[in-house]
Amino acid sequence: MTTNTATHCPYTSTPEAAASRGLNPLNTPVLDVDPFDESVLANPHEMHEKLREADGDIVYLPAYDIYAVARYDAVCDTLENWQHFSSSAGVGLANFKTEEPWRTPSLLLEADAPHHDAPRAALEKILGARKLRRFQTEWSNTAEQLIDTLLLEPNNKNSDGSVTLDAVNEISEVYPLSVFPDAVGLQQGGLDNLLPYGNFAFNAFGPRNRLVTDELESIGSVMEWVGEQCPREALKDSGFGADIWQAADQRNITEDQAPLIVRSLLTAGVDTTVYGISAVLYHLAANPDQYERLREEPRLIRRVFEEALRLESPVQTFFRTTTQPVQVGDTAVPENQKVLMFLGSANRDPRRWTNPDTFDLDRDPSGHVAFGRGVHQCVGQHVARLEASCVLEAMVERVAKIEFAAPPKRKINNTLLGWQTLPLRLTPA
Amino acid sequence: MTLAEAAASDQLLIVDRLKRSSSVDEFVLERHDGRRLPDWAPGAHIDVVLPSGKIRQYSLCGDRWNAHQYRIAVQHEPKGAGGSQELHDQLAIGDAVGFGGPRNNFRFAPAQHYRFIAGGIGITAVMPMINQADLLDLDWQLLYLGRTPERMAYQELQDLYPQRVTVHTSVPDGRISVRDWLGEVPEDTMIYACGPEALLEALPQECQGLPSTHLRTERFTNTQNDATVSSKPYEIQLQRSGRVVQAPGTSPVIDVLANAGIDVITSCSKGVCGTCEIDVLDGDIDHRDAILDDAERAENTCMFPCVSRCLSERLVLDL
Repeated sequence: MTTNTATHCPYTSTPEAAASRGLNPLNTPVLDVDPFDESVLANPHEMHEKLREADGDIVYLPAYDIYAVARYDAVCDTLENWQHFSSSAGVGLANFKTEEPWRTPSLLLEADAPHHDAPRAALEKILGARKLRRFQTEWSNTAEQLIDTLLLEPNNKNSDGSVTLDAVNEISEVYPLSVFPDAVGLQQGGLDNLLPYGNFAFNAFGPRNRLVTDELESIGSVMEWVGEQCPREALKDSGFGADIWQAADQRNITEDQAPLIVRSLLTAGVDTTVYGISAVLYHLAANPDQYERLREEPRLIRRVFEEALRLESPVQTFFRTTTQPVQVGDTAVPENQKVLMFLGSANRDPRRWTNPDTFDLDRDPSGHVAFGRGVHQCVGQHVARLEASCVLEAMVERVAKIEFAAPPKRKINNTLLGWQTLPLRLTPA
Repeated sequence: MTLAEAAASDQLLIVDRLKRSSSVDEFVLERHDGRRLPDWAPGAHIDVVLPSGKIRQYSLCGDRWNAHQYRIAVQHEPKGAGGSQELHDQLAIGDAVGFGGPRNNFRFAPAQHYRFIAGGIGITAVMPMINQADLLDLDWQLLYLGRTPERMAYQELQDLYPQRVTVHTSVPDGRISVRDWLGEVPEDTMIYACGPEALLEALPQECQGLPSTHLRTERFTNTQNDATVSSKPYEIQLQRSGRVVQAPGTSPVIDVLANAGIDVITSCSKGVCGTCEIDVLDGDIDHRDAILDDAERAENTCMFPCVSRCLSERLVLDL
């Protein structure tokens, strides 16, 4: 076993205090790492390995007085066990029992049974894979038009017929915004608020570092706009938003719940897919042989996206809070403790995956936790898959080669791992 | 049943059996290895696959904060189609049954006030709702109807909540007016009722003035499922690739496909998330998922292979 753990435990100096909190400090590895340090956020994989290879299923991080799980099995167990690992105290570092949330807590993400049941059941129906089939043709057409336009854009053209573009700016951030808000039923403009809102919400799960405080002044008007999109009158007569209000009419949720559930779509439905599409484009550019294979076997498109999600894990982390003392391996985690789950680390745990850092189309990526797992598993996962497959289908038909035109730059977010820029050279088919 | 079969993920062991009344036994079910069971919410039921192959639905009446255990209560029906008899007469502690779901057609919607009406064994569907309303400290009342006191399984509810529970038996007390029991209900009252058909049919009349969306009923009479599950081998034909794979009758379709080197992306592996959905072109599906409702199941056009199987000799998939 490696010796990445610090040699001291914060509780050994005060054994009485440790005993009174029900701790078993001797058996818990203590790691002196800062998961929210900007250089770690930009490249978390080295820290993930330290966390996974520490001598225990759960570790203690004194930097934030939190516990953390990073191995695949431990992350899965924590995600599934809603009885002992609560979401209603917030799924970020802040504990809503003692700290004021920055907004009204989400009825989905930041709720436990029984309050979580009805909103979840309603949204699960609305965003079910069968229900999304009605968008297939339209979303495919939109993707095809987008790629066609980009390949013809004179400003992008190189002398050899290839085009150079920033895939984040011109594909990943464009496509979701051209299909998703419309599917929700937004109709009042102001869509440029969506990305800043999502970006802030995901930053806000972390500590109050620069990433959060720098945005505090500008976020007010963005929040106001988001709030204005959620009432029934603001939404089109058809779409996910109208479906949510219909669930209130059918009395499956209350009228008070409906606008907050619409808000959940706007928080979690845009940035995540932007990052997911960037992730898959990055790995296809980094693995030209696999892209070539994908062009020959387009049936692998679904797997490509899942494999990219596994490797990149756009949503890297979420917290839970213990509802009672919980035994994890040799550690007795006290009640009301924040536990940080490293989804991205679980998705590269060599205990679960062979050659975990390799992008491999021969791998079955089933069981990755990029969408989470259990009762809170991403309710919009089928939306993400449909968007990504539409973009990839349009790409493989039209683009013969994807290469990096310049090194991509990381975007720094307390929760999300992704790209600020992804300069690509696309060779038309 | 061999130990290996009992250890399969869709098998539950009967770990305890409690006599609740002259005709009702409660069965406590766990996985062979004690692993977590799929999550559920009040109003949910599981499909229980009996050793004879009969499939029956039973409401989950236990505590979902115990993730490792399901409880069902079964009324002995000597004149029924044999499901309850098989459970009562042939199954003992240590025996295994198959299961599918949980599914929920009787979801507990948020409200400030609840009125519960349970007829006979219909109490099982309502009990987790009562626990939840109590947990949330909401206003609730229960009308618990039965034929005779000896047959009623959970009469202790009246002792636990004397202010909230009305128990009424038709022998010897005759019929009761549900309308009178309800009286004037406050705004934002939801009514949940489970019991015999005659009781439920009369309810819309008894609840006049209440919006129809606020009255929810669950029928526990078994109106479907004459098909029985067999563990006979079957054949899976993959339409697009033209391949044919032989399947043992005891494992979910995904295992058969995986053994044959055919990957279908799955995520939850519990029939919950819907990731692995496959279109089915022919064959009768043995649905074990928690996603499709009865009407969707009856369409017989898609399946979730991570848990579901096949009832017929051949299954044709769009793969």
